[in-house]
Amino acid sequence: MTALDSQADSAPKPAALAGIRICDFCGQLAGAGATKWLAAFGAEVIRIEDPVREGRWDILRGIGPYVDERRGLEFGGGYNNHNTQKLGVTINVRTERGKELLTELIRQSDCVTENFAAGVLERWGFGYGALKAIKPDIIYVSNCGFGHVGPYSAFKTWGPIVQAVSGLTYASGLPDQPPAGWGYSYMDHTGGYYMAMAIMLALLHRRRTGEGQWVDLACTEAALTLHGPALLDWTVNGRPSRREGQPHANRNTSPPMAPHGIYPCAGDDAWVAIACRDEADWERLKSVIGATWMADAAYASLDGRLANQDALDEHLGAWTAGQDKFAVQGRLRGASVPCSAVQRPQERVDHDPDTDGLWPEVTHTAMGRVRADGLPVRMSRTPWRIERGAPCLGEHNEEVFGRLLGLSPQDVAQLRAEGAI
Amino acid sequence: MSALAGVRVVELASERIAFAGKLLADMGADVILVEPPGGDPARGYLPFLDDAPGPDRSLWWWHYHTSKRGVVIDLESAAGQASFKALAAGADIVLESEPAGRRARLGLDYDDLRQARADLIFVSVTPFGRGSPNADAPVTDLTILAGAGPVWSCGYDDHTLPPVRGGGGQGFHTACHFAVMSALTALLYRASSGEGQFIDVSMHGASNVTTEAASYSWLVARQTVQRQTGRHAAAVATQGTQMLCRDGRWVNTGVPPRSPAEFGYILGWLRELGLEEGFPDAIFLEIGAAMDRPITYDLIGVDAEATAIFSAGREALALIAENVSAYDYFIGFQRRGIAVGVIYSPEEAFEDEHFKARGFQTAVAHEDLDRTFRYPGAPYQLPASPWRISRRAPKLGEHDQEILG
Repeated sequence: MTALDSQADSAPKPAALAGIRICDFCGQLAGAGATKWLAAFGAEVIRIEDPVREGRWDILRGIGPYVDERRGLEFGGGYNNHNTQKLGVTINVRTERGKELLTELIRQSDCVTENFAAGVLERWGFGYGALKAIKPDIIYVSNCGFGHVGPYSAFKTWGPIVQAVSGLTYASGLPDQPPAGWGYSYMDHTGGYYMAMAIMLALLHRRRTGEGQWVDLACTEAALTLHGPALLDWTVNGRPSRREGQPHANRNTSPPMAPHGIYPCAGDDAWVAIACRDEADWERLKSVIGATWMADAAYASLDGRLANQDALDEHLGAWTAGQDKFAVQGRLRGASVPCSAVQRPQERVDHDPDTDGLWPEVTHTAMGRVRADGLPVRMSRTPWRIERGAPCLGEHNEEVFGRLLGLSPQDVAQLRAEGAI
Repeated sequence: MSALAGVRVVELASERIAFAGKLLADMGADVILVEPPGGDPARGYLPFLDDAPGPDRSLWWWHYHTSKRGVVIDLESAAGQASFKALAAGADIVLESEPAGRRARLGLDYDDLRQARADLIFVSVTPFGRGSPNADAPVTDLTILAGAGPVWSCGYDDHTLPPVRGGGGQGFHTACHFAVMSALTALLYRASSGEGQFIDVSMHGASNVTTEAASYSWLVARQTVQRQTGRHAAAVATQGTQMLCRDGRWVNTGVPPRSPAEFGYILGWLRELGLEEGFPDAIFLEIGAAMDRPITYDLIGVDAEATAIFSAGREALALIAENVSAYDYFIGFQRRGIAVGVIYSPEEAFEDEHFKARGFQTAVAHEDLDRTFRYPGAPYQLPASPWRISRRAPKLGEHDQEILG
C-alpha cells in the first residue's frame, strides 16, 4: 500500500496537534484564519468573546452571506467559515471574576493569540509580562496591522489598508488605470498563515528549550516580504517599481514571458489566461492556432514578442474572443501550453474536479449544515478534520469551564447571572 | 537558538517551492538545494545585478534562496540517484515539486525514500495535487491564480477591462505558505509520536481557499461576487474607496466614517485646512459629531439625516484628498484615529520610517562581490528564536564538496 492509498483507509488517524491548547482572542479573518488551521489538526482552540458586546468586535459575527432568511449574530457565513472546529466561551474581562477565569484558562494553555489593535490586551491587564507571570513558558502571538512597536503602532488597519501600505495594491493594476488592488483581503488570509507559522515555530522552540516568547507579528511587514525580486531590483540596481509602463500585472517580467495575459472569450465577462514560458510553448501555441500572423518575423524570438506585446495581445485576443473559455483551455492544455479559464466561484466550487474534497460540510448549532473552506493539503498520517461549525456565543461555557476549571453547571449559571461570562 | 536549528531539509530546486525553502531556511533549518547540472532555470530570471546576466547574478535567485546551501546532482544518472537517496536518508524533510512522471521514473518518491528514513516528512507541492487528472497540465503563477479564484475578484468596475492578476508571484507564495504550515504541523506531530508522513499540497487548492468571501458567498448563499476597482469584490455593488490626492498619488480610505468621533475628526481637519467655508455640507458633519451613536448601515438611504451625514463624511474625505499629499492624508487621518492607507509601491513601503524602525531592512553580505545589500526582512519577529538570513544564495555547486564529499 502506498502513502496515497493509506489516506483512504478507514482506521482512525491521530490528530497532529492534539494536546495543544490555545487561549484565543482572534477574530475577523487575519486572526481567526490562523487558529482555524490549528483547530483542524486537533489543537483545542478556545475562542474567548465578550458577552457585553455579544462578540461583535468580530464584525463577521452577524453579517452575510446567510444560509437562509434568519439573521443575527449566530448566522454570519464568514464567521462560521473562519471558526470551524473551535470551542467558544464568553468572559467579561471588565469584572474581577472574569479576570480570574481568564487567568486560570491562561495557566492551562500553551498559547495566547490575538489580533486586536496594539495595546488592548495590555489595557485589560494581560500584556506579555502579566501572561508570563501567570504561566512562565506561555507563547503569546499578537497580530496587528503595523505591529506593537514602531512609529505607526497606534495606527488602525483593515486588510485593504495593509495591502495599500505594503505595495500589494500598487502592484496589482493595468497601465494608465488606477490601482486595481486585490478584490478581497488577501493579507487577512496571508497574515493568518504567517500567524499560524509563528505559533508553530514558537511551539517547536518551546519543545526544545522550555522557553516561551512573544511574537509581534505586523501584517504589513509580512506583506512586504512578498515582493522580493522587485525590492532587490530597488536596493541593488536602484530601479523603482513605480516607473513608466508599470505596473502591468497581467504580464510577467521575472521571468519575462510573451504572450502572457488574460484574454476575452465568448459569453458574459468570460476570460482566459494564457502564458508561454519558452520557445517550445510558443511553437505549440502556433501549431494550435495556425494563423499567418504568427509567422511574422517580429514574433520569432522572445525579445521580438516582448517588444511587440501589445500587437501580439491584440491578435491572440481576437482568436480567443469567439470561443468558449473552457474550450480554449482544453485545446491549449491538450497541446501543453499553460492556460486556464478565469473561473467564477460557481465553476471552481461546484464543477471543478480539482477541488473535490476542498469544501467540507460542517454542522453549526444554529445554522445547520453549511459548506466551508477546507484545507488544500492531504497529510497521510494526520489528516485535517473540519466537521463542526463555528461556536455560538458562549456555546461551550459549561463544557470548558466544567472540564478545565472544575465548575458545576450551577457555578456557570451563577457566573452568567453575575455578568462575568 | 533558531526555531528550526538541526532540522535538515532537502529541496529539489523549482521556482514553485523556492519560497517554502526560504521560509524554513531563514528560521534556521539546514536547507540543501539540489540543482541539476547546468543549474536551475531560475538562475536565468530577471532582474540581474547591474542588469548583466550570469548564473550567480539573478536577484530572483538571491531572494528566494537565502540561507540555503547548494549542491549539483544529476538525478538522471544512477550515481546521482544514489547520492540523492543518501542525502534524503539524512533529511528530516524533503520538499519537491517534480512533474508526476519524472518522480516515479527516477524512483525518488516518498515510498522509495522512506525505506531508509522511516520518520521522513515528504512535502510534495504540485499544481493540482497528486492524482489529479490534470497532473501533467503546465501551469504558471498566472494560470494558477486565474483558475483558482483570485483573478475573478480583482480588477476594475469597468468589466470591459480584463480582470487582473495581483503581482509578485502570489499563486506560488500561497502554495508555499501551505507547504510550510504543513511541514511545521508534521514536525510537531513527529516530535510527539516519532512518525513522519507524506504531505500532498495542491497549488490550485491553496489559492481556492484564499479568496475570502468569493468562495464562501457561493458555498453559503450561492451568490457570485463581482470585481470592483480597488475594493472588495461583492455580490451587491459598493461605493469606491480609492481617492486621488493632490500629488497624483492614491490612498485607500477603507471603511467609510460612521461614528460621531470620526465626523468630529474630519470636521476638525477641514477647519485646520481652511476648507469648511467652501463646503456647505460641513453642517452635517457637525450634526454627525454630536450624535450619541454611530450611523448603522440600515439607516443609509432610508433615514434622510443619517444619509446626509454619511454622504457629507465621504465628500469631506474626497475634498481633503484634493488638498493634501497621499502621505499626509494617510498620516493625518491615522493620527486622528481613522484607518486609511497610502498606496505605496513596494520600494516606497520598504523605505518608510516605520519599517526601518522595526528593523525590517536586512543587510546581507555578498563576500564574493565584496558588497553588502539590503534585503527584505522578517515576516514575524520571534525574539527567542530569531528569523535570520544566515548566508547569501548559493552559487552553482558551491557546497558539493562540503556536503557530498
